[in-house]
Parts: sequence; C-alpha cells; structure tokens
Amino acid sequence: MKLKLIMDISWALLLARWKQTLVAAAGVTFSIAMFISLLGFMTGLNVLLDGLILNRVPHVRLYKSIRPSQKQPVMQVPGFRKHYHFISSVKAVNASQQIRNSQAILTYLRNDHLVIGATPRITTQVFFNDGNIDLTGIVQGIDPALENKLFNFDEYMISGSAADLSKMPNSIILGKTLADLLLADVGEVIQLTTTQGQVFQLKVVGLFQSGIQEYDKTQSYASVNVVQKLLGKTASYVTDIQIKLTDITQAPAVAKKFAQIFETDAEDIQTANAQFETGSFIRTLISYAVGITVLIVAGFGIYNILNMMIYEKMDTIAILKATGFSGKDVKTVFLLIALVIGLFGGLLGLLAGFGISVIVDQIPFVTPSLPTITTYPVNYDPWFYGIGIVFSLATTLLAGWLPSRKASKVDPVVIIRGK
Amino acid sequence: MMEKIVLAARHISKEFADPLRVKVLSDVCFEIKAGEFVSVTGKSGCGKSTLLYILSTMDTVYEGELWIDGQLMKNRKEEQLAQVRNEKIGFVFQFHYLLKEFTVLQNVMLPGLKLNKYSKQEVEHRAMEKLTMLGIGDLALKNANHVSGGEKQRIAIARALINDPMIIMGDEPTGNLDKKNSELVFEIFKRLAEEYNQTMLIVTHDTSFARKTSRNIEMEDGQIINDIAVTDLV
Repeated sequence: MKLKLIMDISWALLLARWKQTLVAAAGVTFSIAMFISLLGFMTGLNVLLDGLILNRVPHVRLYKSIRPSQKQPVMQVPGFRKHYHFISSVKAVNASQQIRNSQAILTYLRNDHLVIGATPRITTQVFFNDGNIDLTGIVQGIDPALENKLFNFDEYMISGSAADLSKMPNSIILGKTLADLLLADVGEVIQLTTTQGQVFQLKVVGLFQSGIQEYDKTQSYASVNVVQKLLGKTASYVTDIQIKLTDITQAPAVAKKFAQIFETDAEDIQTANAQFETGSFIRTLISYAVGITVLIVAGFGIYNILNMMIYEKMDTIAILKATGFSGKDVKTVFLLIALVIGLFGGLLGLLAGFGISVIVDQIPFVTPSLPTITTYPVNYDPWFYGIGIVFSLATTLLAGWLPSRKASKVDPVVIIRGK
Repeated sequence: MMEKIVLAARHISKEFADPLRVKVLSDVCFEIKAGEFVSVTGKSGCGKSTLLYILSTMDTVYEGELWIDGQLMKNRKEEQLAQVRNEKIGFVFQFHYLLKEFTVLQNVMLPGLKLNKYSKQEVEHRAMEKLTMLGIGDLALKNANHVSGGEKQRIAIARALINDPMIIMGDEPTGNLDKKNSELVFEIFKRLAEEYNQTMLIVTHDTSFARKTSRNIEMEDGQIINDIAVTDLV
C-alpha cells in the first residue's frame, strides 16, 4: 500500500517529464543495444575463430615420442649408484611410435565418464607423386565415423563425406590446396610413396578445406587400416589416441593422469593452443570494456536528468515533506524513477540489441577459407542479455543514488520560506 | 473545564549564526489548548514564521522544548517527525503548494494515503467530503494547475484537513489572495473553528484577520509581547 503510493508519485513525476525521461531511457537503450550486439558479434567471431582450431584439436592427445631411454645401463649397476654418471651421445634405439595395448586403452577411455569419446589415429609422412614431382604430405589414418562425431569432420568437407572412407577401400580425402597442386579431383586415383619406399594408389573420395592454408596443403585423410597397410603394420598399430573430454578445463589434469596410467606422452589442449585462449579473452575483454563505457556515459545522462528533475521539483519535494513524507520516501520516489528508466531503457536495449544481432547475422560474409560460413557469425548467448539488463539497472541505480540522496536532504523550510 | 493541551512551546530560542549571530527567538513560551483559534502577528522579521516552522517540526535546530499532543519532539528521527506532521498537523501555506502533476482530488488524498489508516476508497470518500464541505467538490477531477488562486488555497485547506489533524498551521494563508478570496478563506477558518472546533495556529500580518480569531499572540524581536483572548471583541 505504502510502496504503491510511492510508485504512483514516481510515475506521476515521470509522466510530467516524459520527454526527458524518454531521452534518458534512449541513452540506456542505445548503450545496452551496443553492448549486446557488440558482444554477440565479438563472441560469434571468437567461437568461429577458435572453432577453426579447437574443434579440430583433441582435448587430450596420447602419443609416444621417440627419445632416448631415461635409464642407462650404468645406472642399474649397484656399485655405481652413488657415482656421478658422464654419458655422452645418447641415442634412441629400437623406439616405436606405437601406443601399446591401444585397443585396451580405447575401451577403457570410452567407459570413463570424463571422456566424451576417444578415437585412434595413425600419422605418417608420404610423398604424393605428381609426374616427376614429389610433394611431401601427411596421411592421417582416422576412424571416419568417430572423427565426424568428435571433431565435426564433415563441416570442413567441400565434396564427399568422411563416411566414404569406410565405404570405399583404398580411398583418401585430400586437402583442397593439395588436390589443386596434384590436379586431382573426386573419383580420380593418385599415387603416393611411403617413407619405406613403397608405392600405393589411392582413390580420392573427397576434399576438405580447414581454412588454414598450410594445413590444407599437406594434410590428407585415409581410414586407419589403409594407413596401417601403407606402413606395413598390423591392425593393432596406432600412434595417436585423440580424446575429447566433457569438461575442457580439466584437460591438463586429465592429461597428466592418462600419461601415468598408460605410460605414454600426453598433451592437453591448453598447452598446445594457449594463444587462442589469450586471443578470445582479449577480444571479449574489449567488448565488455566498450559496452560498459557506453553504459557509464548513459549513467551520466541519467544523473543529469534526475538532478535537473530534482531542481524543478523542489516545491513538490518540500510539500511532500511538509505533509508527512519522510526523506526516505522522497529518496525512494527518485530511485524508482531511475529504476524505471533503467528497466524500460534496458529492456528496449535488449530488443534493439537482438534486432541488430539478427541484422548482422544476415550480412553476407563469404571467404574461401571458411566454406561453411556464409554470413557474419553472431552469438545469441542469453548470458549477455542477463548481464545487459543487470548492468543497466545497476548503472541507473548508481546514477540515481546521488540525486535521490540530494532530494531526500532538501530542507522544506528553506524552499517554503524562500518563496 | 480543563481543555487538553495540543501544543506547548517551552523556552524556545533560536539563533542564526550566518552572517552575524542574530537571536531570532528568545525564550518563547506558550500553550495552545484544543479548540483554540490562535493568530500570531508581528512585523516582518519578528520571528513569527521562524517560530511556526519550529512548531511544525520541520525546523529542528532550536533550543528549548516543543510538546505536541503530550509528546516531546526533541531528538526524534526525521522519519518520526514526518509521521507526526502527517498525522497531527495540517499545513496551509502562503503559496498554494499543490502538486501540479496530480488532480485536485489526488492532492487532497496524498497525506491520507501516506497515513495509511483508511483504505484508498475511504480516503477518496473523505477527500470528496472535505472538498464538498469547502464548496469546491466540482473541481475534484481537474488538474491542480488549472484552478484559480483562491480555489487552490481552499484545496490546500481540504488537504490539511484530510487526516483530521490535531492542529492546523497556516503561514500567511491569505497573504497571496485578493480581498474577496481572503474573506472566503477566513470564513472557512472561522467555520472550522466554530462548527468543527478545529484547533488552528495562523501566522499573519493581517491585523483585521487576527482581530477576528479567538486569541492573538503578538511578537516583536523574537519575543511574545502580547497574548490576549479576543473572542469577546468579535
């Protein structure tokens, strides 16, 4: 009842100065709209750019690197245990990149609740033969179905699909640039030479384009057993296990754990791609900074308008106080006015921001390196809208605080006697 | 018969320190009993308005004691004083001081709604009653800015009456009105005193007005120099 009365008074004062109120609200609307659309666009871009790399990269990669044994024979002789060992020209011998027991590891990983999926890979270098010219390249042996599920492989295919690899024996998918260099197209047969010197002929079933030129120039994909055949290895030969986790932030810890359990090397995504996270962070930071700056400017606008309103309404404040309204009531009246401006302006701002986002989302954005993107990327994360409305209310409250306090301190005697 | 003491001023003094130390009120003592129609007169600058604002609880910087309805007003919080003004004091100022954002009826209702003793419908009904009583019921739904000066002052009186205050205080309520309206407003005060036995304290420099009240307090240089009952003179 009492709050209702205060609200009625606020509303009446607000309506009496609806043009100024509208200008103040428009300031908030503009800044929130800017904030939403800027953040939506920036993070849309972030997600796109990060996705270029991060979608293709496993959260944890298990592999075996070739390096000299940590335990040299001299260390194992009991008599020399307390001596200092000088060993020079240590070399790696009998090393294999194979991950032992790969099938068991894969089964274990697929049952781990931290893991979304795990897929084997074999990587080998080859020479693609193009007449007299040999192009160095890399063939990745993949499990097409799993690869597609975990790393959205098909998104980067510009013709054919990953599934064709398992349907067609002795097939290969080439990077777009590599295919151009080889003058090869889907359905044609190319020839490659393995590092052991064996020559194979594989049929091109698809082309992919990752958006990273260097990558597209050297990479190609074949199914795991084709690559095992290229290397002359058995069906258990796997050099890499790529793991996607339910929670990416746990990758470093999980990588360490897996390295211990499986006695392999493990690399987590944070270590491998630290620069992307930094980039995303900075871009997001800039968007927030711009958004908040605009909002603070709007806050000054509200401060000014409320201050002006209080000077105009001195009589009203004095009479309210004389007839029994306390300073607190008067303060509430003006804070409510500020809040209404913030809420109304903020909500309109959310709508306008959404509108701008939708428009930006329609603008064509065609680039040869990003085959699946046709318009500017925009992120519609509800989180931004939440932050937007909270910010607008917080700024208006803050901007309204000082003028409201001033209003509550108005001495009615000075105003009434001053006439 | 002992009448109830509505308001008592005990040794009230006030100084202005700026720009020079000037004593505007010194040792003012008096009581107002229920049903009295008191006028305070004196020359400009004699401190009568200053006294009124101290008695109204709006001015809290003074020495001495102020009792309203048997309660001491010293050392009370601003919010409590606002409550006292709302419930026990009705104001009529020299300038109308209506809120121009509201209609006449809403203006009269505001203190009643703030008091929150009656429901909104009841407050509205009571406000209509007061307006009708003062002969301006037909203005109820007009905007407060669109009525004449004399009407505004009558509306202000209706507003002062809405919570059935113990005392009505007026600061030159006829000071800004022409002769006809002044008389009209005075007639209303007189009616309130005679028919409703309303206690009133009116500060005025209009001696003809003061002569028609039941008691006149005359001030000079911050002191009461005369306090006489004038009922028999009317």
